[in-house]
Amino acid sequence: MYRYDEYDQTLVDERVRQFRGQVARRLAGELTEDEFKPLRLMNGLYLQLHAYMLRVAIPYGLLSAAQMRRLAHIARRYDRGYGHFTTRQNIQYNWPKLEDTPDILAELASVEMHAIQTSGNSFRNTTTDQYAGVAADEIEDPRVYCEIIRQWSTLHPEFSFLPRKFKIAVTGAPNDRAAVRLHDIGLIMRRGDAGETGFEVIVGGGQGRTPFVGPTIREFLPKKHLLSYLEAIMRVYNQLGRRDNLFKARIKILVHEAGAEKVTEMVEEEWRHIKDGALDLPAEEVERIRAHFAPPPYETLAAAQPAFEEKKRADGAFATWADTNLAAHKVPGYAIVNLSLKPVGGIPGDATADQMDAVADLAEHYSFGEIRVTHEQNLVLADVRRTDLHVLWRKLRDIGLATPNLGLVSDIIACPGLDYCGLANARSIPVAQRIGNRFADLKRQHDIGELKIKISGCINACGHHHVGHIGILGLERKGEEYYQITLGGSADQDAAIGKIIGPAFSSEDVVDAVETVVNTYVELRQNGERFIDTYRRVGKEPFKERLYAAA
Amino acid sequence: MPLLKDGVLVDDPWVTVDDGTQLPMDGPAMVSLERWQAHRDELLGRNAPLGIRLKSDQSPALIADDLDRFAVVALEFPVFRDGRAYSYARLLRERYGYRGEVRAVGEVLRDQFLFMLRCGFDAFEVRDENAAGQWREAVSEISVVYQPAADSRTPVWALRHRRSAAE
Ligand code: HEM
Ligand code: SF4
Repeated sequence: MYRYDEYDQTLVDERVRQFRGQVARRLAGELTEDEFKPLRLMNGLYLQLHAYMLRVAIPYGLLSAAQMRRLAHIARRYDRGYGHFTTRQNIQYNWPKLEDTPDILAELASVEMHAIQTSGNSFRNTTTDQYAGVAADEIEDPRVYCEIIRQWSTLHPEFSFLPRKFKIAVTGAPNDRAAVRLHDIGLIMRRGDAGETGFEVIVGGGQGRTPFVGPTIREFLPKKHLLSYLEAIMRVYNQLGRRDNLFKARIKILVHEAGAEKVTEMVEEEWRHIKDGALDLPAEEVERIRAHFAPPPYETLAAAQPAFEEKKRADGAFATWADTNLAAHKVPGYAIVNLSLKPVGGIPGDATADQMDAVADLAEHYSFGEIRVTHEQNLVLADVRRTDLHVLWRKLRDIGLATPNLGLVSDIIACPGLDYCGLANARSIPVAQRIGNRFADLKRQHDIGELKIKISGCINACGHHHVGHIGILGLERKGEEYYQITLGGSADQDAAIGKIIGPAFSSEDVVDAVETVVNTYVELRQNGERFIDTYRRVGKEPFKERLYAAA
Repeated sequence: MPLLKDGVLVDDPWVTVDDGTQLPMDGPAMVSLERWQAHRDELLGRNAPLGIRLKSDQSPALIADDLDRFAVVALEFPVFRDGRAYSYARLLRERYGYRGEVRAVGEVLRDQFLFMLRCGFDAFEVRDENAAGQWREAVSEISVVYQPAADSRTPVWALRHRRSAAE
């Protein structure tokens, strides 16, 4: 993984010092809360319902064991013993004290981490495929470009006061595991006519109150132009993005109102002036960064692992887990292991300090000391020998991270909702927990198959409900929580925004409603269809009939 | 309003003339884009330096052909959150090659100095008499830059390889 050099380290150290000064000025009353707000937001510090919340950047979701241990230490020492992994591959602490935050940032800096730009109207953490570098379907490792973007977008002098926050996602594979079409900018690695690699550039996707699947504005951008092209997009957006209305300030609204063609034209015109200039990274810098992502020293192993197959035959629980939570690795004899942060009845994405420490140990023993965080709020050990899987599985079970539910009905994404968030209409976490309990029977979950439920506590859509196969949106009416259900959303290469199925359900009824939807699918499905396939075939009517038949 | 230039507070020789009011006979005067567009000849006939003050929705592209007429281009930050002028300043310096003063006016706060400086601003109307001290801190607290801009700082990706080339 990328390791800081003296420059990278200097920047985060200076940043800690700067923030310490800002907090001191705030505590001394030299800064009003209004003046302090944009400064703390540049460092990931939010004011929530009950306390401050600190969001720490995990660049493109990649962590070393040492970093994970430091996150555990921070959870223990400055918070209440746990942290929350988010859909943006970051981690949040819900209970830090303002006066502690400079120390927390110093702890982070000591392991090459920071909270820079994890909030505020500037570039946010660039996200990517959690299987980057090891996926069998990958054209090229996208993390090299994520790191290039991370550096370029850090404290960018021109783009630190954008109309609104800005999120970039990159994938190196045609199967999109990073929801790139739902970001302000999405980049998909493609091959050009001569076999060279470059990016398809997508602009103006997003969720929130006006969800859009982003249009492609350039089919192929040679890699060397990446930063100049991004800078051209940003310059157009910084000047023309709406600043009169917070809800219309994202680039998706500019793209929607001006039209993708017009935006493309403006971007290309701006780009004409700056391409082939100072923003072309020197080849040796790209190579320097690429070298950090060189494959670890894999052993040469046979693709077939009889011992592993034998264990599967002998141990049904292990087999279920292996069939569900593993993904294909490009190197023979290795597997990608998903650690579920969705135990039945638990809080999606939460991990205790002890779990974090244990995962760090396991990563060191079994996966070259690295861990990834997924946008579906799980963890990944990406490089495990198949022969180690059984032992690893037993150890994961001991720490509660072996729930075999990846991609299944209880692998739910949920935002913090009314339990933490000041903008919420309704709670999300308890709904996720109740759905998890309703479908606690793992056999049944496996029978139902791939099904993505996503829950947001308000229209800001932090829980990705628009792109859930089943989306659940919290509403509030006369002090009561209600939940609107959408069907047919998808965040992958066939990205789609879900359709509202009908009137909202009370908190009491929403779990029944989800179960009715699931049962309807089970009755309608044909020859191995997944939920989303059946929905696409039959449309929403059959579901609607069943849901509202009684009314 | 105190004016900060090159890190020190200086007397501001410029008078900002509101649209409705009479232009002073002599002395440097700063006018709006609207006034410039309506009274161009009258303004050019004055025998004194002329400056222009652009609002945050007025791109310098609108005056690109006339830039050599202005000794100062002031770019307004109606609120510090409105970051359009950062792009305008870079366009002035890098696209149009403007060498005169680029002045930040409006809500100009200490914690924006470094970004402004990097985008090509070289004068700052500030509200605080202590701004010079704050300036020194603000522009030196982050020494590493990751991107080329309108200033002379070298991005680290160039430093890295300059150094290794020398080794
Ligand atoms: C609890 C404090 C939080 C607050 C106040 C908050 C606020 C917001 C707001 C206002 C938006 C809408 C932005 C827009 O449409 O322009 C948004 C979107 C979003 N947030 Fe949050 N959020 C919070 C927590 C989270 C968490 C915990 C996650 C990750 C699990 C998250 C991930 C996202 C995502 C993925 C989006 C939608 C994508 C987009 O930006 O369009 N947020 N958030
Ligand atoms: S979706 Fe709404 S309730 Fe949930 S975290 Fe985002 S802002 Fe808060």
